[in-house]
Amino acid sequence: MDAVFYISGAVAVLTTAVAITRRNPAHALLYLVVSLLSVALVFFTLGAPFAAALEVIIYAGAIMVLFVFVIMILNPAGGQSAEDAPLRNWRIWIGPSLLSAILGVELIYLFTGNAAGTTGNSEVIPSQVGVTLLGPYVLGVELASILLLAALVAAYHLGRRGLPGEEENPEGGGGA
Amino acid sequence: MAQVPVEHGLILAAMLFALGLVGVLARRNLIFILLSLEVMLNAAGLAFVVAGSRWLQPDGQILFLFILAAAAAEVSIGLALVLLFQRRHPSLSVDDASGMRG
Repeated sequence: MDAVFYISGAVAVLTTAVAITRRNPAHALLYLVVSLLSVALVFFTLGAPFAAALEVIIYAGAIMVLFVFVIMILNPAGGQSAEDAPLRNWRIWIGPSLLSAILGVELIYLFTGNAAGTTGNSEVIPSQVGVTLLGPYVLGVELASILLLAALVAAYHLGRRGLPGEEENPEGGGGA
Repeated sequence: MAQVPVEHGLILAAMLFALGLVGVLARRNLIFILLSLEVMLNAAGLAFVVAGSRWLQPDGQILFLFILAAAAAEVSIGLALVLLFQRRHPSLSVDDASGMRG
């Protein structure tokens, strides 16, 4: 457990440092996904499996996919796709895949070796989280839903076609 | 929990936060600034989860959930703004944004 935490933490720091120094945003995204996966493993070793699952599903899944879509739309590399030499591609993805292979080995170790270490009374199980989330924190859930609705309205407003100049109506912040 | 001492988890969160802060301050590309903001929010969530696992309370994971919702809202609007910004300044440099008026 300890070793898994430290290795995942080291992988997280390393991949984050690499990600923020890349020139190409797509390469940075590859490393950042590995960083988020290793943070998810850190959550798992800390006894927070629900947060680990959400980290994988929402951060590494949904938010990174948003970034991928925007990078695909912007295409900042210009017309670089002409030189898609296989060797060049190979050199790009070998780093993230090696690091995520380390994470996979850690996951296999956790689930085969001493899995009893993770399932004791030392973890906060998802049902506890759910009961507390919809109990004392239900107001926060409602506020988060209003925040997400406001984000939806704003993203729709910003994403409309043809508004270089005009501003018709300021949207009247997320109705009741 | 916590054969891992809580300080080490917080040190990891601080390192990730510092890396995100360096990314925000040093990079001039808007995409990278948004990525670094995600790293910083993720580090804050990591600190909450570490604290929640220290006291074995679900509150840390719940605060992480709220951070997740805030990050999703922030990144969707931020990327929509990036798409708008790119129509005027295709270089996506924040230095171009300093010349905006109104």
